[in-house]
Amino acid sequence: MVTFFMFLLPAVLSFVIVIIVPFIFGVYYSFTDWNAMTGGADVNFVGFANYAAVFNDPRFLHSFLVTVAFAVINIIVVNVVAFSLALLVTNKLKLVGLYRAAFFMPHLIGGIILGYIWQFIFNSAITQVGSNLGIGFLATSLLGHSQWALLAIVLVVVWQNAGFFMMIYVAAIQSAPAELIEAAQIDGATYLQRVRNIIMPLVAPAFTVAMFLTLVRSFQQFDVNMALTAGGPAGMFMGQAIPTTELLALNIYNTAFTVRQLAQGQARAVVFFVTLALVALIQVYFNKRKELEM
Amino acid sequence: MKNQLKMYALEIVAILVLIIYMLPFVIVLINSAKPVLDIIVDPLALPEDPARIFTNIEAVMASQVVRYTSSFISSSIITIISVFALVIISSMAAWVLVRTKSTLSTVIFMIFVAAMVIPFQVVMFPLVSWFHRIEVFTGLINTPFRLLQNYPGIILAYMGFGTPLSIFLYHGFIKGIPLELEEAAKIDGCSSAKTFFSIVFPVLKPITVTVMILNGIWIWNDFLLPLMVLGTGNAVQTIPLAVQHFVGSFVRRWDLILTTTLMGMLPVVIIFIFLQKYIIKGMVDGAVKG
Repeated sequence: MVTFFMFLLPAVLSFVIVIIVPFIFGVYYSFTDWNAMTGGADVNFVGFANYAAVFNDPRFLHSFLVTVAFAVINIIVVNVVAFSLALLVTNKLKLVGLYRAAFFMPHLIGGIILGYIWQFIFNSAITQVGSNLGIGFLATSLLGHSQWALLAIVLVVVWQNAGFFMMIYVAAIQSAPAELIEAAQIDGATYLQRVRNIIMPLVAPAFTVAMFLTLVRSFQQFDVNMALTAGGPAGMFMGQAIPTTELLALNIYNTAFTVRQLAQGQARAVVFFVTLALVALIQVYFNKRKELEM
Repeated sequence: MKNQLKMYALEIVAILVLIIYMLPFVIVLINSAKPVLDIIVDPLALPEDPARIFTNIEAVMASQVVRYTSSFISSSIITIISVFALVIISSMAAWVLVRTKSTLSTVIFMIFVAAMVIPFQVVMFPLVSWFHRIEVFTGLINTPFRLLQNYPGIILAYMGFGTPLSIFLYHGFIKGIPLELEEAAKIDGCSSAKTFFSIVFPVLKPITVTVMILNGIWIWNDFLLPLMVLGTGNAVQTIPLAVQHFVGSFVRRWDLILTTTLMGMLPVVIIFIFLQKYIIKGMVDGAVKG
């Protein structure tokens, strides 16, 4: 028993100090007029006022909708690309090691650095290609149009993460029994039939894990968003000027630092947490059911 | 014969995807070797004078905003200490959680796992405020051991935020190890600490590699947590903070910005090239176990 607590102590202690205590404070502050990082003792209880304000703010509502759209597109595209790459690199190709390493490489680099690199690519390199080839549509930066700017974030995030999820799928495909796949091949199943009816059901648990992780990461996306578009371009929503590609994490950050309303930012973060927890639970529940069906 | 043709076709597809995947890096590399005007004229052209890259690197090295050497050292200290601390505390915790069969261990494990859905945004503002209060209360604020804008705070933060996933990974792995060795050690009179560190810990090596890679990549590249705990432009800054601060203060100097991103990527890319065999194996093994 003494060993049990001694061995747990360092992990539990750092976990409590860094996550649990701030989490409790965080929920509490969202019901107060907390306004300075250094203070905290002299806050007043304001009930649900911050939450009422949150749901009446067009900028937040827009950010919420954009985040949901981003998450849906991103979860689909990342997993489709990652699974396709995994199918590609589980063939007996000559340079298979090189492909795996290369597809994984963007994942090693932080979103801030990648965001700036791609900002340059979208603003300078692609516009140059556009004017060289005389494609007027590409000659102006895609980051200047709100729909395209959102898809640009998706593209960068997919490029950054597909290689990581590819590894999860590669592991699952490799641990699937080879006899089963070979037997199907001998029975004359086409490649697509084998993928759909044999490989996909066998790697179903990997889909659950990968989709859960992409879901959580899509909702928490911050770095690429900040460095690539910083929320821009501006647009109108419910009669108010808003940044059109500001995802929730960036919205919360801006509320606290640019607009300087900490308690407001905290209320947004709690709404964000509840949404994420609910969506994650629902997603895991459905994936688990799907696993059993397959 | 038909199969062989198919394999060649697949190989070509793979090479094409590889080229597309690497293009962004190529664009960074060629433009890091140009003066700013050449970039504006044609960002796709090859550099006229490739040696220009050294001029740009020197300019970035001399930058008082980037402080490359110092940022590199800070990033290394933070990443290395946090990763080692996480490996030790998480493996210890996971071991007793697996080996002690009780409701309490199940509940503790469930709390760690559930915490994975708490977004950083919910805790980041109170974390800074609470760290500040600890500093003031303990009087650490005026010492070299203060938490904010300093190593102890950010390392402690990574220890806290890293434990859920690391314990989860170790927990899954330890469940699959047979008990016999540990029991034999116990009969021989080994203390729990000795049993763990000399018998169990070496067996955990495969998952330890995975835990180190995942946490290492995350901590090295993380931006928002260092921004909150260290702040911008202070003595201790990580490479992502340095890059962001630099871009913020040199709008449109794409020659220097791209060189900075290149130098920001370089350490990880070099490590990856040398250790890729282990990193890729670690990732695949971890995915199977986790």
